[in-house]
Amino acid sequence: MVRFLRHYGTLMGMVAIVLVFWALLPDTFMTARNWLNITQQVSMLTVVAVAMTVVMVVGDFDLSVGSMASLSGIVAAVLFTLGWPVPVAVGAALAVGLAGGLINGVLVSVIGILPFVATLATLTMYSGAAFILSGGKTIFGRDIPQSFADFAKSGLPLGSLGDKPVILPWLTVLALAITGVVFVVLELSTYGRRLYAIGGNAEAARLAGVRVTWLRLTAYGFTGVGAAVAGLMYASRVASANPTQGEGLMLNAIAAVFLGMTVTRHGQPRVVASVLGVLVLGIMDNGLTQLQVDSYVREVLVGLIILLAVSISALGRRATGRR
Amino acid sequence: MPQLALHGVVKTYGQTRALEGAGLELRGGEIHALMGENGAGKSTLIRILAGLEMPDAGQITFDGAPVGLTSPAAAEGLGLRFLHQELQIVPALSVAENMHLAHPYPTFGLGIVRWDALRAASLAALTRLGVTHIDPKTRMADLGPGDQMLTRIAATMIDTQGPRPWAYVLDEPTAALTGAEAERLFAALNTLRAAGHAILYVSHRMDEVLRLSDRVTVLRDGRHVSTLMRDQVSRDQIIQDMTGRDFATLYPPASGEGRGAPLLEVRGLQAGILRNVDFTLKAGEVLGIAGLSGSGRNHLLRALMGAVPRRGQVLVKGQDTGRSPAAAWAAGMAYVPRERRAEGLMLHQPLADTVALPHIPALSTAGFVRRSWITRLVARLAQAVRLKAQSQAQVAAELSGGNQQKVLFARALAGPPVVLLLDEPTRGVDVGAKFDIYATIRGLTAQGVGVVMVSSDLPELIGLSDRIGILQGGRLTQILPAEGLTEGALLALCYEKEVA
Repeated sequence: MVRFLRHYGTLMGMVAIVLVFWALLPDTFMTARNWLNITQQVSMLTVVAVAMTVVMVVGDFDLSVGSMASLSGIVAAVLFTLGWPVPVAVGAALAVGLAGGLINGVLVSVIGILPFVATLATLTMYSGAAFILSGGKTIFGRDIPQSFADFAKSGLPLGSLGDKPVILPWLTVLALAITGVVFVVLELSTYGRRLYAIGGNAEAARLAGVRVTWLRLTAYGFTGVGAAVAGLMYASRVASANPTQGEGLMLNAIAAVFLGMTVTRHGQPRVVASVLGVLVLGIMDNGLTQLQVDSYVREVLVGLIILLAVSISALGRRATGRR
Repeated sequence: MPQLALHGVVKTYGQTRALEGAGLELRGGEIHALMGENGAGKSTLIRILAGLEMPDAGQITFDGAPVGLTSPAAAEGLGLRFLHQELQIVPALSVAENMHLAHPYPTFGLGIVRWDALRAASLAALTRLGVTHIDPKTRMADLGPGDQMLTRIAATMIDTQGPRPWAYVLDEPTAALTGAEAERLFAALNTLRAAGHAILYVSHRMDEVLRLSDRVTVLRDGRHVSTLMRDQVSRDQIIQDMTGRDFATLYPPASGEGRGAPLLEVRGLQAGILRNVDFTLKAGEVLGIAGLSGSGRNHLLRALMGAVPRRGQVLVKGQDTGRSPAAAWAAGMAYVPRERRAEGLMLHQPLADTVALPHIPALSTAGFVRRSWITRLVARLAQAVRLKAQSQAQVAAELSGGNQQKVLFARALAGPPVVLLLDEPTRGVDVGAKFDIYATIRGLTAQGVGVVMVSSDLPELIGLSDRIGILQGGRLTQILPAEGLTEGALLALCYEKEVA
């Protein structure tokens, strides 16, 4: 029973949440439009959580993803105001993400600072850099090119429902694509298998011929780029960039990965499980918003759900861990 | 003398019967060794003694009266104390504080600690155990594992109101100890025995058991096989009782001398304590390395693997092996590390992943892992080392020590390697698994693999090696043929003063 709850508790909880919202919101919740909406709402978080999964596989984590997301949005927006073409500005923002991630990697893997301390420091640095670049102001309006803002508003036509066309938002498509790429990298590639080995036992991996220092460093590079992509998606969605808009992504991403870890067989971080964690958070958010639950109450509820899932998992592990 | 007896103990976990009629008698003033292969039921019996598991059937009596070991508190009430392999210590605190973790600190009142009284109480308890070389002010982290264990035993002798300790259960206490540390532990155990305490001693090390025990109980497949008194007991008898087989000899015959061009050449190796180590290894040869703790014995193979910074040349078939474990594996070296849990296994990951890890480049195409190749390879290797596991997806944490070690051997066998480096290959492994491991090593040398083996198990070193190198203070002082060497002679060579 305990073992069952441990493996399927989170899944059953997710089904229960869906059923409750369906019952309370019979007209609006279980509609294709709402679900497409949810996928768009969670697309940024999905990208950050999936990217976070990469460093968590290695046994580390990255607190700087939220401020990196803000910074990348600001970098792109500032370059837009300078008249840079969209692809170049976007490329530059991604490069900043890669560089920021690699800086984290060097601090943790080469210099040997604890991930918590290193990425806490870079969190404030990246956040400060975003404020400096933007002058503390939100960049919006004519400064943001139409083509950049349109990306988040359009999508893949799926047909039509009644008189309105149904589209799969590009943000959702992008999140799915990134999830797919990271899935392939972590689950199927030699690179990914080595990352899991490091997470399982770094010293044993090193003695078995895995280049631990280098791989750990590159894992942070992945996460930095993921955070930058999410920041650009956010900027496109609100057609503006401000130095605090990535706030909240970090905690939710870590929460999503932890929720996912409650589902996997040996409690490892896995990409698909992380996406499941994101969906739990996203569905909660969507349903509670529609029920007009106060946003502060919503935060308490989301925290409780995370604690519940992780508690069941921890208790289950204790009960089954004995020989 | 008081006496605790367990008879006809049965314990089932789901489908598996861990114990079917196990038992033993603990008497004050006796050291009682409990022996059996991994999976024989020793751990389960100890868990029952500790009150952590309830038996399904069986009688437990203390001085003839039935008692229930229904909880850890009940076991403690009967005076039972347990010393586990992994000691519960707080490294950053002093010896005196560690000894008082389970006891109230002496205070002036209001919780203000009387440090002098704390130290005096600790010193008194250590002295009672006959331990005089440990200062209670020392930080626990600065003690070796042997002294930490002595400290833990002494901690039970601090005067308190609680139930007095009567019996001690030690599970593989010497697994992580050097020879000198083990000697101190044995002295302490003899002190306890003389004071009328009972000691249950679980160990795979035959020599210790033969030396220390007044009585030896052997379990096999969850059953009580025999209990022998000191004058009846012998190595062969214990092995036969443990395995149900008659081992003519534990060591398979050597395959012959090394032959052909050198496989491994080490020139002027310097790393840590090691100074100017030179040797050559030929195909099919086993070079044993003997040395006292602190001789560089624990350092040599890590240096050969490039796992620690080093100077000098390490050549495999004439080619330099580079300076990292990755380069060493690529050059054809394979390594079975000393601490299998800390240095070898991914404990909570499928065992197939651990086996495949160093060979991933050969098991993938264009950067993608070929699952089917891994499955085939692991199946073949598991059979070669006689690994007993439910499936390739089983996690190493669920395997016995012997099978965990076989996972690491399977990993080293893929390739196959040119040179195999073995660091304490049978540490904490039961007799049956030991024999499998020895057979595996012999099989490899027959194929022309060269083996360098570091071991503190001298009979094993003599039984398996063609030549034995003696390490003293970081120098390889001599290399001599293993044939005809005795344990005593080898030990004397290790202790020999360096000739000026």
